[in-house]
Amino acid sequence: MSGNVKLELRNLTTLYKSGDGVRNINLTVNKGELVTLLGPSGCGKTTILRTIGGFIPATSGQILIDGKDITHLQPEKRPTAMVFQSYNLWPHMTVYENMAFGLKLRKVPKNEQKHRITEMLELVKMTGYEKKYPGQMSGGQQQRIAIGRSLLLQPDVLLLDEPFSALDAKIRSQMREELRKIQTDLGITVVFVTHDQEEAMALSDRIVVMNKGTFEQVGTPQEIYNHPVSRYVADFIGEMNFIPMLDGSTKAVRPENISVSHGTGKDLDGYVRTIMMLGHYIEMTVDTDIGIVKLYITAEEAEQYKKGDPVTLTLGDYRTYSDHQSAAE
Amino acid sequence: MRYLSPKRWVHILGRKRWWELCILIAFMLFFYGPLLHMFMLAFANKYEMPAVIPQEFGFQWWKYVLSQPTLVSSISLSFMIAFITTGLSLLICIPAAYVLARYDFPGRKLVMFSFLLGNAFPKIGIYASMGIIFYRIGLMGTLPGVLIVHLLGGMMMMIWMPTNAFKSVPRQQEEAARDVGAGPIRTFLYVTLPMAWPGIAVAAMFTFIGSLGENQGTLLVGLPNYRTMPVEMYGVILDYPATAGAVFALILLIPNILLLFLMRKYVGPETLSKGFKMG
Repeated sequence: MSGNVKLELRNLTTLYKSGDGVRNINLTVNKGELVTLLGPSGCGKTTILRTIGGFIPATSGQILIDGKDITHLQPEKRPTAMVFQSYNLWPHMTVYENMAFGLKLRKVPKNEQKHRITEMLELVKMTGYEKKYPGQMSGGQQQRIAIGRSLLLQPDVLLLDEPFSALDAKIRSQMREELRKIQTDLGITVVFVTHDQEEAMALSDRIVVMNKGTFEQVGTPQEIYNHPVSRYVADFIGEMNFIPMLDGSTKAVRPENISVSHGTGKDLDGYVRTIMMLGHYIEMTVDTDIGIVKLYITAEEAEQYKKGDPVTLTLGDYRTYSDHQSAAE
Repeated sequence: MRYLSPKRWVHILGRKRWWELCILIAFMLFFYGPLLHMFMLAFANKYEMPAVIPQEFGFQWWKYVLSQPTLVSSISLSFMIAFITTGLSLLICIPAAYVLARYDFPGRKLVMFSFLLGNAFPKIGIYASMGIIFYRIGLMGTLPGVLIVHLLGGMMMMIWMPTNAFKSVPRQQEEAARDVGAGPIRTFLYVTLPMAWPGIAVAAMFTFIGSLGENQGTLLVGLPNYRTMPVEMYGVILDYPATAGAVFALILLIPNILLLFLMRKYVGPETLSKGFKMG
């Protein structure tokens, strides 16, 4: 297994002058794996990424790529490439010049530069844009070029800092798919940063859920969705109903794990508050004594209910959190 | 001609707009009248009282001015000094501006402010005290002395505008360059500097124009060895006919107009307004 490790963070601590930052981070990323750092803004995910890229000095700890310590290297000496949220193409250079810049610095011969750039433009579906300036392209196109510019240098680890958050929803999901395809095709190792849990679920091999500078949970999307270790993770990932119990603990139930029937007497009683069509499934909210509970039902089920009906809910698969940190089945 | 009578105009435009037009015309005459007059003088071969418009137009006075060796040499001297001043101040100020833009050190604002201070006092006072020092260290009447005077004149412009130009280059653009393998110097030369060029170019143009027009300091420090165009202007006003003065003034004006035109074409007003932010 250890021969397969591409990137390793050992006890990494990066602190700002204000005392904020991340402490004692340990993480291994395998070759060809896409790991996402997920968390709300200010949780330290970008700090970790920028430390790996060399833009913020690590306070202590080590960063290893292929077993080599790169903790104290300048960004230009690191085998990493970063894609920024704001694309950061150089506005005074054409697409071709933007892409050739790094190759020129590596003294790649002219005709090979041309060959590689043409190939890369094809890969990111931007053939024919060589002579355009960044200002003449849309955000999505610019980000394609930026990703291409980074990939051209064949980095050991590709770092993506919320690359799609400035794009609109439709292009975002399209870019997500394409990135995933390119990543698996080329087998590159990627560290991805986002605050969008849906994006993280869709893209990642593994997700690191972060909270205030520390890791809450590391796992595959399925693990994190089905077995959130803490209330924080349960709340952050997907939809979750939190139902307070008499003994002070909290039951957490996904909307798809609640079933509804007419009458009273099951786990929770209440009245239908809204029934909302959300594509292939229906979202129902029910007013209960402990607040509003959300559940997903099928279209056939939905036809049997209308607003104000007294209903009773059965909680299926649920988890109990006795306080904010620990979890039990 | 009947339709040119002001009375009819009042009825065409309405009373309010008629007054506005009158004020506009008065202002135009005030601003452009002397310039137009100078233009007319420069191309007047024969112009005698009491005529309003010269009796004969031509290039006679241009030939005259261009045949005066001291005047011609002052023109080339002026341009030479302006070029050297601009080049030197780019060399000095660009690194300084970059540091002011990118590094936050204690006293940074004070340094910025100190360049404004030099422009807040009457220049002649500063030149007089500089003159005293220059006498002591033997810079009076020397080219370095004149250059120092010219450099100081453009210093505020050359620090403030490039500083703000550098500030407007997003740091992440530089990081992207470092990321693909460029060291700090290459990053500066290939990314930061080209992106900051418009602001720097404007500052350089102002320095050039400023140096061409600088007179008080040059008069004080440069005489008698270095007589630039504006310095010669004093003599021209006193010793030559007004028509020769007009020609000379126009020659002084040409580069300014040219540079301002270039600037308008390549740099927007926002570059100018951003150039003078402090902080």
